[in-house]
Amino acid sequence: MSEEFNPKVLGFLCNWCCYAAADSAGVSRYQYPPNLRTIRVMCTGRLDPAFVLKGFAEGAAGIFTGG
Amino acid sequence: MEAGRSPNIEILSNADFLGLDGKAGDFTAKVRLRPRYIDADKCTACGLCTKYCPRHLVDEYNEGLALTRPIHIDYPQAVPATYFIDPDACMHLQHGTCKICVPVCRSKAIDFDQKAETRQINVGAVIMSPGFGRVPEEALTKYSYGDHPDVVTSLEFERLLNPSGPFMGEVRCISDKRHPKNIAFIQCVGSRDLGCNNGYCSSVCCMYAIKEAMVAKEHDPDCEITVYYMDMRTQGKDFDAARTRAEEQFGIKFVRAKVADVMPWERQLKLTYATMDGKHHFEGYDMVVLSVGLDSPADAKNLAKTGAFDLNHYDFCKTSTFAPLASSHDGVLVAGAFQGPKDIPESVTQSSAAAGLVSGLIKKQRGKGVVTKTYPDEQAVAEDDEVRIGVFVCHCGINIAGVVDVAKVANYAGEMEDVTYYAESLYSCSQDAQEVLKQRIKEHRLNRVVIAACSPRTHEPLFQETLKDAGLNRSLFEMVNIRDHCSWVHANEPAAATDKSMDLVRMGVAKARNIKPLPEQTVPVTTKALVLGGGIAGMTAALNMADQGFQTYIVEKNGQLGGQLLKQHYTLQGDKVADLVKDVTGKIKKNKLIEVFTDADLSAVNGFVGNFTSTITVGKKETSVDHGIIVVATGGKYHQPETVLGAKLPDSKAIVTQNELEKQLAGKGKTRAPKSAVMIQCAGSRGDDLAYCSKTCCNDAVKNALKIKEINSASQVVVLYREMRTYGYAEDAYREAREKGVIFIPYAKDQMPKIDKKGAKAEVSFHDPILLEDVTIAPDQVILSVGIVPEDTEDISKLLKIPINADRFFLEAHVKLRPVEMPVAGVYVCGLAHAPKPLDEIIVQAQAAAAKAAIPLVKGYVSVEPTVSNVDKDACIGCGLCESLCPYKAIQIHKIDKKRKAETIVASCKGCGICASHCPTFAISMGGFTDEQITAQIKAFGEMREE
Repeated sequence: MSEEFNPKVLGFLCNWCCYAAADSAGVSRYQYPPNLRTIRVMCTGRLDPAFVLKGFAEGAAGIFTGG
Repeated sequence: MEAGRSPNIEILSNADFLGLDGKAGDFTAKVRLRPRYIDADKCTACGLCTKYCPRHLVDEYNEGLALTRPIHIDYPQAVPATYFIDPDACMHLQHGTCKICVPVCRSKAIDFDQKAETRQINVGAVIMSPGFGRVPEEALTKYSYGDHPDVVTSLEFERLLNPSGPFMGEVRCISDKRHPKNIAFIQCVGSRDLGCNNGYCSSVCCMYAIKEAMVAKEHDPDCEITVYYMDMRTQGKDFDAARTRAEEQFGIKFVRAKVADVMPWERQLKLTYATMDGKHHFEGYDMVVLSVGLDSPADAKNLAKTGAFDLNHYDFCKTSTFAPLASSHDGVLVAGAFQGPKDIPESVTQSSAAAGLVSGLIKKQRGKGVVTKTYPDEQAVAEDDEVRIGVFVCHCGINIAGVVDVAKVANYAGEMEDVTYYAESLYSCSQDAQEVLKQRIKEHRLNRVVIAACSPRTHEPLFQETLKDAGLNRSLFEMVNIRDHCSWVHANEPAAATDKSMDLVRMGVAKARNIKPLPEQTVPVTTKALVLGGGIAGMTAALNMADQGFQTYIVEKNGQLGGQLLKQHYTLQGDKVADLVKDVTGKIKKNKLIEVFTDADLSAVNGFVGNFTSTITVGKKETSVDHGIIVVATGGKYHQPETVLGAKLPDSKAIVTQNELEKQLAGKGKTRAPKSAVMIQCAGSRGDDLAYCSKTCCNDAVKNALKIKEINSASQVVVLYREMRTYGYAEDAYREAREKGVIFIPYAKDQMPKIDKKGAKAEVSFHDPILLEDVTIAPDQVILSVGIVPEDTEDISKLLKIPINADRFFLEAHVKLRPVEMPVAGVYVCGLAHAPKPLDEIIVQAQAAAAKAAIPLVKGYVSVEPTVSNVDKDACIGCGLCESLCPYKAIQIHKIDKKRKAETIVASCKGCGICASHCPTFAISMGGFTDEQITAQIKAFGEMREE
């Protein structure tokens, strides 16, 4: 099990579109891999490039932005 | 829940309506309040009394499928969240014994001395919304209901699916608790059935059967489900798409058949059915669900007598097409299923509309007696105060706890720095949980609250309101979504879902540590309305708002008011449309508060809710108007299909549309009715040219077929249809048409009729599923039932930044909860621009949109979300980057003391944060989404746990 690729992905989700989409994915019970950890923002325009770099520095295998 | 919280709504539960005196504007209603034997102010809904109550009682709320006790509450989220003693079952009230609940109750809420109390209430208007009743028993017993426990009604099945239901959300046979391997749904039980005097269609059963079948499939994907139906009436907005999903994605089988009977058959049930070709079949099922219709309420006659209004021939409240919510008694209105069977979105729309009509009726009294909710003084939370975080982890019944180990998550949260209190809760949104939350905030002096539950998009306002009640600034709050983003989407990976929940909670707590209180702000409103579209929807909305006292502008692109209504002549109910047009346009002309712009276009819109400025262009003249809200009623029109029945339409004068036929039939000529006619339903709809069902075409076909028969009873009319969707009372007309000799022949999508030109006539070839033969006829006229398309929604969509769906109709903010609101604040929708629908539904929807739109106008201000940008004037260097980037014109550079400084216009600010992420000097902070908070979340993300 420990050798399985199990990346941790950090996501920045726009409240109005991607966060809402993630909600409706839940309502529709779509199943997706449990690797994502999310931060809600009011718009992906809020994303300072520094946030992305900090995410990598903290060990994220990938950064997901949904907006 | 929201109604329960409003200080201006008094809920008299457990009450009877005894009398109504006076007249509209000044009624006296007599109401009897039955005792509940529990002091509502003292009861904390802890549930201890039910645990101790010694007597069992059949649980009516769970459709008799479970047991409860005489002292109980129906369900955890009930409003008011107060327990209740059933006087017919309580041992003390019946026999003077027991009373064990009295010492058990810690808050001393039990009060056996309560007596029934009669109250006289002075009101201006009455809205009847008693809901619906149950269909007669005989409609059920013919399917062995009552003889075999595994024949259940759809209402019982709904309880079985519910997490708080009898088997905690597991679908099991009642007989031996086994999981059913296959389930049959039987449609039209107690509907479209003259045998029990319910000739109408209940309109909702097809959709709820699909929903229940899909949910059951989710519970057990291996369970086979078959729906036996006459016509699948999925005529609502996006309903056909749900049906297709049920079939294609969930593998639910749909069989068009009449079910003859259901008999016990060893451990199973034998279902015998006849298909269209006359053949009989039978099939064994573990469980049979009867899709029961909606009947009129059991005490409808009594209510009508007390309220002095008329009922229709099915004992529902009698109303008319043009005033769908007015009962025959002036000042008494109706909303919901009592007006006629309907689903949740329509009931919610009707209730908004009724509230708006009442508001117009009693506008003279507006503002009198209004109770404004007061909150305790806000507790000051200073920068260097000790951070005391409370974390509440919600089970959401089994929605979360069924997957995520909630106790583990809560305990984990409890170990985090600054977390002074943590707890689990069954339903954190229930009223009693709100009380608990309030108490805990006070007891533990919490100054930050983290709720790990569902989505902040739906539930943040509710919890923030509780924070305010507890004297805490509402911004000191963070929600962690461990349901929609976790338990629901990782249902088969409980360990990973628990892991994810813990990570998300850690990140939430990290953010909470950095949250600061934010100020509450309000913005004044221009108390004027702008209505786009002068059809019946726009005119109704405008009249309604003017009736409430607000100046209204109508922008109509054509030369005159009336829209599509000008093309219509009569309704299925026999009303003359011209009368309505004359009446409404006349009222608009006379109304001094309404200004109409014809041949006009909306060329620009600026501003935000409460403070819009629009430019209306008529020819070359431009007029600028200020207004607080916008109602979009841009309408629709008949579709001109490119393809009909999968082929190009031949060019022939014998081929007309239903609307063209209507015009012809409304004339005076003696030979205006064709001697023979073939009507073709779904011509260019439902996957032909358009993807969707236009809801009105079946009614129009029946309407015109009846008209032909009325003019010339010897005329032959054949209707070729996919599914006759004459829902509601229109079913009566459908039956009448058949009785009068109109022939209805179904066709399948994979076996469509063919239209050919034959000389001056057109010829229709089709397969007759009863004769099992191909037939060709050449009638006088071929009539196409074409669908309805919206009128240029794209331009308005761009102008107002409001979304449209795949079929180009405007997409409402929430189908059930906000059916006439747009996602953009201050913009509302009604009529054909929202979706195809018949006239009475358009009128109600327009009244509802006006009612909702009037809310900010009546209040005179709008509250602004505190999550807006804020400029640190000292750090700002006045570079102007933010001003150039802001998509909402919400940040501007001003000269302050001769220095250029940025300033936020809070009412326009949407909180997107583009300014903050680009500010070179970090002078802009976003309320609720500061650099510190997001950085803390990212850091917490990195703190992986060692297992």
